[in-house]
Amino acid sequence: MNAPLIDLVWLWAGILGLGVFFYVLLDGFDLGVGILFRFAPGREARNLVMNSIAPIWDGNETWLVLGGLALLAAFPLAFAIILPALYFPLLIMLLALVFRGVSFEFRYRDAEHLTFWDYGFCYGSTVATFAQGLVLGSFIQGFETDGRHFAGHSLDFLTPFSLLTGVALVFGYGLLGAGWLIIKTEGELQDWARRQGKRCFLGVLISIAIVSLWTPFMQDEIARRWFTWPNIAFLSPVPIATAALAFWEWRALNSRSEAGPFVAAVGLFLLSYLGLAISMFPMIVPYQFTLWDAASTPATQEFMLLGTLFLLPIILMYTGWSYWVFRGKARADIGYH
Amino acid sequence: MDLDALILSRLQFAWVIAWHILMPAFTIGVASYIAVLEGLHLATRNPLYLRISNFWVKIFAISFGMGVVTGIVMPFQFGTNWSRFSDITANIIAPLMAYEGLTAFFLEAGFLGVLLFGRKLVPPWAHFIAALMVATGTLISAFWILAANSWMQTPQGHTLVDGIFFPTSWIEIIFNPSFPYRLAHMVVACFVTTGFVVLAVAAYLMRQGRYVEEGRKMLSMTFKLLTVLVPLQMVIGDQHGLNTREHQPAKLAAIEAHWETGSGIPLILFALPDQTGETNKAVIEVPLLGSLILTHSLDGTVQGLKDFPADERPPVAIVFFSFRVMVGMGLIMLGIVVLSWYLRVRNRLYETPWFLRLCGYAWPVGFIAVLAGWVTTEVGRQPWTVYGLLRTADSVTPSLQGHEVLISLIAYMVVYLMVYPIGVMLMWRLVKKGPGDVPAPPIEGGRSKAPVAALSPARREGGES
Repeated sequence: MNAPLIDLVWLWAGILGLGVFFYVLLDGFDLGVGILFRFAPGREARNLVMNSIAPIWDGNETWLVLGGLALLAAFPLAFAIILPALYFPLLIMLLALVFRGVSFEFRYRDAEHLTFWDYGFCYGSTVATFAQGLVLGSFIQGFETDGRHFAGHSLDFLTPFSLLTGVALVFGYGLLGAGWLIIKTEGELQDWARRQGKRCFLGVLISIAIVSLWTPFMQDEIARRWFTWPNIAFLSPVPIATAALAFWEWRALNSRSEAGPFVAAVGLFLLSYLGLAISMFPMIVPYQFTLWDAASTPATQEFMLLGTLFLLPIILMYTGWSYWVFRGKARADIGYH
Repeated sequence: MDLDALILSRLQFAWVIAWHILMPAFTIGVASYIAVLEGLHLATRNPLYLRISNFWVKIFAISFGMGVVTGIVMPFQFGTNWSRFSDITANIIAPLMAYEGLTAFFLEAGFLGVLLFGRKLVPPWAHFIAALMVATGTLISAFWILAANSWMQTPQGHTLVDGIFFPTSWIEIIFNPSFPYRLAHMVVACFVTTGFVVLAVAAYLMRQGRYVEEGRKMLSMTFKLLTVLVPLQMVIGDQHGLNTREHQPAKLAAIEAHWETGSGIPLILFALPDQTGETNKAVIEVPLLGSLILTHSLDGTVQGLKDFPADERPPVAIVFFSFRVMVGMGLIMLGIVVLSWYLRVRNRLYETPWFLRLCGYAWPVGFIAVLAGWVTTEVGRQPWTVYGLLRTADSVTPSLQGHEVLISLIAYMVVYLMVYPIGVMLMWRLVKKGPGDVPAPPIEGGRSKAPVAALSPARREGGES
């Protein structure tokens, strides 16, 4: 087999990174909407809140499937080690997503059990988010391996750090959800979304601070990467930009800006994600296997790349069209009724 | 008690995939049906098609939602419980599944919102395109997932280096020997399954004396479709069987419970296969018919199970009986279709109460046949995940403990046993309501002021009292 012209591993790391970020962003805001749902003032408000994501949540969740399958296709060794290591967080996440997903339909068709599926939607969203936070925390902490297998215990994921990242992600998605609702609602409901956004924002701020300080202490390599000269000069824009965005987020939440809180929240997620990538690179199974160790054969990556480069732009186009069709404020008569 | 992570993982996979496949088996057909109805409405402007379409869109929404969330569970099973399989086969299998996501799931999800909620927001042709794209997505999805499954059944186009599969030809991998038959068999099965559900619903509405016009239209359209598809499915199934004889002889021997290789063999209608005794008890058989069906000649030779080492034989009884259940369902379907010809010729298709009642009872035949067929082909592949090359026992996650799988299996059982009955109940409620709603108006200017029934507590309670 001929060596490919370019190192496909770089490309696939980029595509996977982009795919996971899209998932975090898109399902992040609709899971966040689910988290805030329970606090919405009254049934009509809850209906509007749910209708604001009814036409798009399914597409958003598809990125999770793509993320999982892209990991399997491009870095199968990582898939084969990380998923068994996260057996229970993933189980909890999947079951919570089942509950939350069917709630959209069940809630409106099953009038007597409205309350039950209201809770199913809210707790499903919250638990799924928390479980994803556990996944994130466990990933940062790394996995015990033996050859090509996970060799640790199935409860290894349960640590103070992963519990913290679990809570952090609930606040984070909550902030994204509040940002989305500020765009999609008006009047009193929008004011309510702003208040929720402020509460989540404080949680996010504290979480980012603790995680950013805690992570370098877990691995000397990460500490060295951030705090030695000249890296500290190159990398200092990341925390500085984060602080600036945090300031903007607070201003936007307290002003009449409608798009500001969402955009700033996306920015905060992007920078946190970037910070994580800087800490972890080039590990895909921390701290055992690099992206290159875990990569699938170039023939597989090439075959996948052809279609992906062609299809992703098309997917983004029609997904964009769908968002455009449902643009504007959420309406009671569009969605479930 | 010593809990076996392998057995429990197999049970868990069987549990989550069996419930999942019921939804695609239905939604693949309904999506196409909705696209056809939307197309007919666009062409003829007959509001009848629109009413029928709106009715099925609501039922589709519930089943599709359940299919999506139970489908998300599936790829994660490969990682959590079958990590060695993932590691060993990913080079081959993973791109096929990733292409399913890229070409099918996004297409379905991207246009689903417009199909379900967008009728007021986009022109009719765009709504039709959305329906068409959702239907196309479901079919593309079938293409890729069956390519992946068929490769596991009849692998080719790869090399094995250090115990890991590497691709040598993607065309050979995708278009492996059993793929065309499996794809045709499954897609037709989905249409037929949906067809019998539509029949049952139509018959119910007609017997209730409500929405008779809609019921007749559905009944008539569906019987025309089934007249073609049910006999066609039997021909495809026969061809699929010949393919299995060629490429998976041990599976075929198990299906027929034939222990000895021979020519001019009988067709065993019923038996109690004895795996350890390597024989059958309580046999009812028809001489020579086995060779005729399996080889299309009276003296054709068919390999028996004893040609294969005992540890390379599938569990015979399960495969034997599940295959007979599937064929039995097929015969019931054919019987109903033949009756419909007779009644249509005599112009009594819509006015025969016992026949409508029969159609009403027939809704699960497709689902039972699909499940039985998958049990046949998947259990028939055992003891392998990749036929002849990778054993199921070598595919499971090494770190997994039995009690861990037991916990997850129970969790999946509890949740699915809660979600599925409620989902079915809600769909049944929609059926009982019937396609009565006046179709939504086309694009309207400005904002609709009418609050919807479910949104206003007062009206909801008023409506219920």
